[in-house]
Amino acid sequence: MSSDQPFVTDDSQVLTETRDARMAGADDRFNSKLREAFGSSPFILTKFDKFMNWVRGSSMFMLQFGIACCSIEMMHTYAVKHDLDRFGSGVPRASPRQADVIIVPGTIVSKFAPRMKRVYDQMPEPKFVVGMGSCTISGGPFQEGYNVVKGAEEVIPVDIHIPGCPPRPEALIYGVVKLQERIANGESSPVVVKPYELEQFGDLERDEVVDQLAKEIDTDDLVMRYNWADSP
Amino acid sequence: MSLERPKDRDSAGVQRHSADEIADLLGDLVIGREEHINAPGYVIPPDAVQETLSLLKNEAGFDHLSCVTAEERADRYESIYHLKKFDDATQEVSVVVPTAKDNPVSQSAEPVFRTADWHEREAYDLVGIDYEGHPDLRRILLPDTWQGHPLSMDYDQERPQVVSLREGANPLQEDHRDDQDSETMYLNIGPHHPATHGVLHLKATLDGEQVADVDPDIGYLHRCEEQMCQNGTYRYQIMPYPDRWDYISAGLLNEWAYARAAEDLADIEVPEYAQVIRTMGAELCRIAAHMLAVATFALDVYGDFTAIFMYGIREREKVQNILEDLTGQRLMFNYFRLGGVVWDLPEPRDEFFDKTRDFLEELPEALEEFHDLITGNEILQARTIGTGVLPPEVAKSYGATGPVLRGSGVDYDLRRDDPYGYYENLDWDVCVEDGCDNFSRLLVRMNEVEESAKIIEQCVDILEDWPEDERNIQANVPRTLRPDDDTEIYRAVEGAKGELGIYIRADGTEKPARFKIRSPCFSNLQTLPEMSNGEYVPDMVASLGSLDIVLGEVDR
Ligand code: SF4
Repeated sequence: MSSDQPFVTDDSQVLTETRDARMAGADDRFNSKLREAFGSSPFILTKFDKFMNWVRGSSMFMLQFGIACCSIEMMHTYAVKHDLDRFGSGVPRASPRQADVIIVPGTIVSKFAPRMKRVYDQMPEPKFVVGMGSCTISGGPFQEGYNVVKGAEEVIPVDIHIPGCPPRPEALIYGVVKLQERIANGESSPVVVKPYELEQFGDLERDEVVDQLAKEIDTDDLVMRYNWADSP
Repeated sequence: MSLERPKDRDSAGVQRHSADEIADLLGDLVIGREEHINAPGYVIPPDAVQETLSLLKNEAGFDHLSCVTAEERADRYESIYHLKKFDDATQEVSVVVPTAKDNPVSQSAEPVFRTADWHEREAYDLVGIDYEGHPDLRRILLPDTWQGHPLSMDYDQERPQVVSLREGANPLQEDHRDDQDSETMYLNIGPHHPATHGVLHLKATLDGEQVADVDPDIGYLHRCEEQMCQNGTYRYQIMPYPDRWDYISAGLLNEWAYARAAEDLADIEVPEYAQVIRTMGAELCRIAAHMLAVATFALDVYGDFTAIFMYGIREREKVQNILEDLTGQRLMFNYFRLGGVVWDLPEPRDEFFDKTRDFLEELPEALEEFHDLITGNEILQARTIGTGVLPPEVAKSYGATGPVLRGSGVDYDLRRDDPYGYYENLDWDVCVEDGCDNFSRLLVRMNEVEESAKIIEQCVDILEDWPEDERNIQANVPRTLRPDDDTEIYRAVEGAKGELGIYIRADGTEKPARFKIRSPCFSNLQTLPEMSNGEYVPDMVASLGSLDIVLGEVDR
């Protein structure tokens, strides 16, 4: 650039080889693969839903939600080396209102299940759930415990189960990417039976257990009732 | 770097009492004697708890109430108070308090030892013993509306339970009704909150920006670890569970707690070679655990996933790689066996040694980076020096241990004070800082990483020179272990967070009749109100971070 005209750009002088190459489409840094797929037309014809699914699956906001041992491996998945962000799903949000995927990383016990349900309810639709580890499948090593909910599906619907105790970060990545793939393809989540619901105490069927607690709990308090004998 | 006192501290100077001397001291209070493997036991009536414990604390110097175990026996309930001395951890005493089956009421020890507060609440919650004179006897781990006491004998696990989700209430509302100037606000922190390190619930009451009252509400990860261990056989079925107490990669440290208790109970001698491997593995775990503690502490203070967090994880990944080579798993190692370890070092051994040495070689540089980023940083210093102060006497009365206690200037580390494994033969120091604040606790952890590295280095040298035909990784242990009926033991090791103790009572079968875990985090977390009341909310978050709790171990 000449020194007497510092702020005027002379086009011919900045035209570099790279730019030439890009304009000509020989350099594949500008989505030339996509270009190829779409042909020469700058327009795409698709269904709106399909487009939305693709967008949704390509950028997922995870809820920063730690429960137990599995959350340690989950942190490793977010951090250096495994870096889940590579797949467009590595931004943990601290508030459920900003998140669309919840990874449930650990054992769910009776005291926590109502709170987890509340957090899940606070997430905006559409929302997805990844169950990480054996504990979210069946209660895992603690299945026989008096206080342990036998899997996350007893409380909220789960889209992807990742087995392992804990699953390796690679497995979690695989699970999350699978979820993204399914979302992009518009596959809907499974319908499950949810035995444990949050309901008002007054609405519970009266029996011996409820009668005993009537003094302690107000009728309009939200409660979760665990029928352990019916659990898997 | 560390301000440790001379290593061979004169524990001979601490007065030793023979079992009979203690019996004389207690005089008529004693209604029976028991012999536990670790200590003499004195049976006292349920209304003499405070008197007995005060005598032992003030006259005989037993100033550390390590653990309170409660259990239901065929004909009675029993609370056992395990006492130790901070000046000499090898001196122990058990105080056994039997109570009647139909009226399990026992005097509370809370006025003598503050730490008894939570321990007795837990005993009430899980076993169902009532403590008279306890300031606040309510459930601690299970929901308030739970029916029955799950570790008592007639508990019906199939019984349906109802758990409520209620709004928290301001406990100080009443106090301030007519004082218009000061208004308090109730703030609910957790159980799902990025600053609580898991599923902890803090019921905080604020006066302006200051904390007027904070009540940690735990139990959101109470997954029946004690019941699981009581249902498992000694030989193989229990070992996987310790990995899941303190799951921040401290697995081998926890496994050692169980191994040590069970080996002493069943009289198993561990080969020296296996002890060296154990020592090396355990210290690798300590580095990994402290790295995460430092990383998340920075996360709490700076408030974002910044470089420090990533650097911490980077170091952890390296340790986890080494541990994976050694044990076959990244996190849940299940590597110890009673009488040794499950397999020898990975072949080719040279490669493993080189890898470990490379890691140790790079560690000082990484730590230098941490010191530049954290301890040398003015912002962090302003946030942590002089905040979250925990005076040594308070720490002791709450039974705080580990880096929390050592950050308050108390020189207490079971690796040296109650030696096990191979630590005695190695050259290393106990790190103590006497600032009593958040910064000191951080420094202790950072310095301990260096000491652990020293230990590992020596272990690697020793293992490398070990003659090939003497590599004995396991003692001969019978396939089924059945320790004698009615033997009791309480043994502790220095876990990543402090004194991790196990109490086992055998009943002659292949499963323990009572398995009690003394978790360091449980006691450490009790000090939070002491450190935070009157401080600002952000300082409370920093204090919580500096306690380095892990909920799996708090709730068990
Ligand atoms: S699946 Fe295993 S590692 Fe994961 S939370 Fe459960 S016990 Fe922990």
